[in-house]
Amino acid sequence: MAITVTQRAARKIQQVFEKNEMPADACLRVGVKGGGCGGFSYTLDVTDAPAEDDEVFQTGGVRVVCDPKSYLYLNGTEVDYDDSLLQGGFKFNNPNAAKSCGCGASFST
Amino acid sequence: MEKQPTILGIDLGTTNSLGAIMKDAGPEVIADADGESLVPSVIAFDSEGKVTVGTAARAHAVENPLATVFSIKRLMGRSLSDVREDLTHLPYAVVAGPRGSACVNVNGQVRAPQELSAIVLREIQSRAAAALGEQITRAVITVPAYFDDAQRHATREAGQLAGLEVLRIVNEPTAAALAYGLDRQTDATIAVYDLGGGTFDVSILHVSEGVFQVLSTNGDTRLGGDDFDRELIDLITGEIRERFGREITFGPATRQALRNFAEAAKIRLSQRETADVRIDLGDGRVYTRAITREEFEARIQSHVDHTLEHCRRALSDAKLTASEIDEVILVGGSTRIPLVRRAVEELFQRRPYTAIDPDRVVALGAAVQAGILAGRKRDTLLLDVTPLSLGIETLGGAMGKLIMRNSTIPRTATETFTTSVDGQTSVDINILQGERELAEDCRLLGKFQLTGIPPMPAGAPRIQVTFLIDANGILNVSAREERSGRAAAVQVTPAAGLTKEEIGRVVKESVRHARRDMTAHRLIDVRNESHRVLGAIDKALANAADILTDEQRRKLDAAVERVRTLMDTNDDPDELYRAMRDANDAAGPLTRYQMDEVLSKTFRGKSAKDLDPRIGTEE
Repeated sequence: MAITVTQRAARKIQQVFEKNEMPADACLRVGVKGGGCGGFSYTLDVTDAPAEDDEVFQTGGVRVVCDPKSYLYLNGTEVDYDDSLLQGGFKFNNPNAAKSCGCGASFST
Repeated sequence: MEKQPTILGIDLGTTNSLGAIMKDAGPEVIADADGESLVPSVIAFDSEGKVTVGTAARAHAVENPLATVFSIKRLMGRSLSDVREDLTHLPYAVVAGPRGSACVNVNGQVRAPQELSAIVLREIQSRAAAALGEQITRAVITVPAYFDDAQRHATREAGQLAGLEVLRIVNEPTAAALAYGLDRQTDATIAVYDLGGGTFDVSILHVSEGVFQVLSTNGDTRLGGDDFDRELIDLITGEIRERFGREITFGPATRQALRNFAEAAKIRLSQRETADVRIDLGDGRVYTRAITREEFEARIQSHVDHTLEHCRRALSDAKLTASEIDEVILVGGSTRIPLVRRAVEELFQRRPYTAIDPDRVVALGAAVQAGILAGRKRDTLLLDVTPLSLGIETLGGAMGKLIMRNSTIPRTATETFTTSVDGQTSVDINILQGERELAEDCRLLGKFQLTGIPPMPAGAPRIQVTFLIDANGILNVSAREERSGRAAAVQVTPAAGLTKEEIGRVVKESVRHARRDMTAHRLIDVRNESHRVLGAIDKALANAADILTDEQRRKLDAAVERVRTLMDTNDDPDELYRAMRDANDAAGPLTRYQMDEVLSKTFRGKSAKDLDPRIGTEE
């Protein structure tokens, strides 16, 4: 299993990298943060290089990194991007999540 | 690999001295068996020639002032004519030694300041040897940036007399900058404001690729915390004479007691708004007084202004303006005083570094220099990301992360928190580092309290907590209550004491306990939310219980009862979450009624439903 990004998400990520003048090997960092009634929320960040203990995935022309604890919850997740006005933003399609709430920002297992 | 002999870093101070060494996790001060690391730079000789050093020696000062030597640093490498001005402040006999150098005559024996300083150095050396279980033969010693060649040479000689090979004499402001890791800056200008017990100096440094250059120094060798104590003593003795008669005299023992009272009050006023002083003068005469921080600040204001004047001169000598200073470091115990911090921040228009104990920062920096000389790598400190997550303890003992592990720095994060009890006027902010989900499994980096929150119902105040890690890895945490504007802040060094191995261990542990931790965290948050929901239902029932039908009331009571039971006994967050949602649903008629009430009050006369069909009919 792995973490993947959709074509739409990859395009958006590359735009972000370019806009911030990130180096050619910049990465998208994904993670989970504990707490809340749903149990977790997702975190997104950009970084110049992977950390030593990161899981690293090359997907859709983008390098995605994830720390080992978060990977327990994100293995198999597809990161998508929705550019609609109301619900726009990155979405996590996570098979580990038993149910997702409407905004996709928190889930429980 | 053979273990290298340790190089000791020593801060040889006018008032206090201490040693530190470089460890894998960073520099660490040497403490004695009681955990005390500061050695008062005081040497006492008894009539048989027995020598005592440090705290024990200081106790002799009152009974035997002629044979108790302190402030010896003021005489190092100076001629008798250089130190004329100092002599009025020194009770012991200062005489001319070889080539007119200032020496001390104790019990008829003339001793050079180097010899006397060597006694203090030997004390630090033997403490370090005892703590490390090895002989210490090499050291780095710090001196003020304004020390001339003769003073530096004398310091080196003192080291040699103590049996130490002095590998380097380092400027104190440079050491402070090293302790904060500022040697890694490629091009920066740093102001070091050092306000000790008896001396004040400010240095402007420039650092480029690990090389420090002193651009200017300024100061006053007769200004420090002792002056602040004296202000309080004057205040107290003045009032005692006013109350109990002008004829009261204060003997040496009383004066010493007064000094102790004043110092204790001063320290307390850095933490709190008032300090209570109670002095029993005998014969039923008791002087009591609550001194406020405001009063204290008014009395020391002119001294603080004086230090700022020196800062301006140092800037002008370096041909710089305050806004051209990139970093400001506070050194010396007197920089704990809030007024001093505010004044320095205002002058330089930036928050000064205070994260490292100002009494220990110079010694720690000396140890960093020692580590560099020993060829020690500082790889764990060279991170441009935060190696572990940072957050605060949230209600119920969970770790609420604000900055995730491996975030690039500089970085800032803000979250809004609130109170959990009606009328709560203060909150404790515990700053945590780690990957686990419960506060007790994380490292407590520091804590502070935000007080003076106006009493409001639980959940009403909005308290913004901001984490800011700057490019040097220093973390500023501030909290601000929006309505009152009350704010408090603290600064810590998250990377201090961390090794690669430790980081690896923390991450492994967090993976091993991930499932249990995540469930525990969620359970805490669902319990908090359940508590809030039950409170809201109680309030709604108190206002409008009569609008419910018997059937609705029975359902609501049952749902509430189930939440209560699960909160106490259950440890499955899913089950509690469902019960809480059911209770919320059962309270629907109450919620809708209350919302209608509020809206109809707000929009006088209009029915809420007329305004917006969605309001009042949705949950």
